[in-house]
Amino acid sequence: MTTDTVAMHMSDGIVSAPVSAVFGLVAAAGLGYSLTRARAGLRAGDDRTAPMAGLVAAFIFAVQMINFPVLPGVSGHLLGGALAAILVGPWLGALCVGIVLVVQALLFADGGLTALGTNITNMALIGTWTGFVVALALRRLATRGRGGLVTVAFVSALVNTVVASLGFVVQYAIGGAGGSSLGTVVVAIIGVHILIGIGEGIITALTVGAVASARPDLVYLLRQSPARTAATATTDGSAS
Amino acid sequence: MTTSPSRRGPIGFFVGFGVVALLIAGLLSYLASSNPDGLDTVTLNGCEVTEVGGAEQLSGECIAQNARDHALADSPLADYTLGGNDGLVGLAGVIGVLVTLALAGGLFWLVRPRQRRWADKTRAGKT
Repeated sequence: MTTDTVAMHMSDGIVSAPVSAVFGLVAAAGLGYSLTRARAGLRAGDDRTAPMAGLVAAFIFAVQMINFPVLPGVSGHLLGGALAAILVGPWLGALCVGIVLVVQALLFADGGLTALGTNITNMALIGTWTGFVVALALRRLATRGRGGLVTVAFVSALVNTVVASLGFVVQYAIGGAGGSSLGTVVVAIIGVHILIGIGEGIITALTVGAVASARPDLVYLLRQSPARTAATATTDGSAS
Repeated sequence: MTTSPSRRGPIGFFVGFGVVALLIAGLLSYLASSNPDGLDTVTLNGCEVTEVGGAEQLSGECIAQNARDHALADSPLADYTLGGNDGLVGLAGVIGVLVTLALAGGLFWLVRPRQRRWADKTRAGKT
């Protein structure tokens, strides 16, 4: 196994230092705000959401290790945003993916330190919210039964992967170090991430389906009434 | 949807979920593809990768030529190995799962509201 080529996330130097710094701030602000919103969403006496979210983060770390083949010589792995958003909601979900990326960068030298902000922005913020918005839009289907829920999980994960990869395209367009034309990058990135997104969709559908069979009460998307979900997710609400 | 067994505590489910994560990181990780992922494939596009004395060199023109080595590339768990031994990827994975669980679970547990707020108290009064 030649692990030295398999750095799973963006390395340092791909995007210029100023642009990396800007996205470092975006990531810090996004995760900081997510923490305050996640805290407001936790209710006193709720002793299951915190361990559930911790386990979702640990599970995403584990599954991100499993690169699956998508083309000859090309692999992909789960990003996890839609999975986290469906199981624990967008605020805790973004934090779960963000913590995974921090552990990977600091402990496993996976994903550059200066690139941490861009990686968090793409996978934890953009990916999780994209997955959540798609899942929320299809919530009626998700609550209709097992097939509906699994379908929603698949679709939201597929879209989450492709949109998260567009985050890289934007960062490369603004501050890319060069080496390839933007047009080439756009086509290649979208193409390969549609394939990876199918894998992400299958993993997310299997996981959400399994959790819903065992404990439907622990699936955020099924637990929330539409009005409450919209209120806690999109407005400042009256949670506190 | 199956009826909710929510009267039972979630401990059994949590243990099961954690064990699945440990099995994936500890065992399934040995079956992971070692080919570059989608993003790396695109950044390597245009380059030829040749192995020179264990290190990899890029020739041609591609994005990855601008990539710097990871600042912590020499750390003990770098690249999901243990001291560079990639036969121990499973053990590295188990450590990663436990650290992630401790960090995330610990953070969420610490920030959870401990006291019932006034609004919750009045709502709870109904039951």
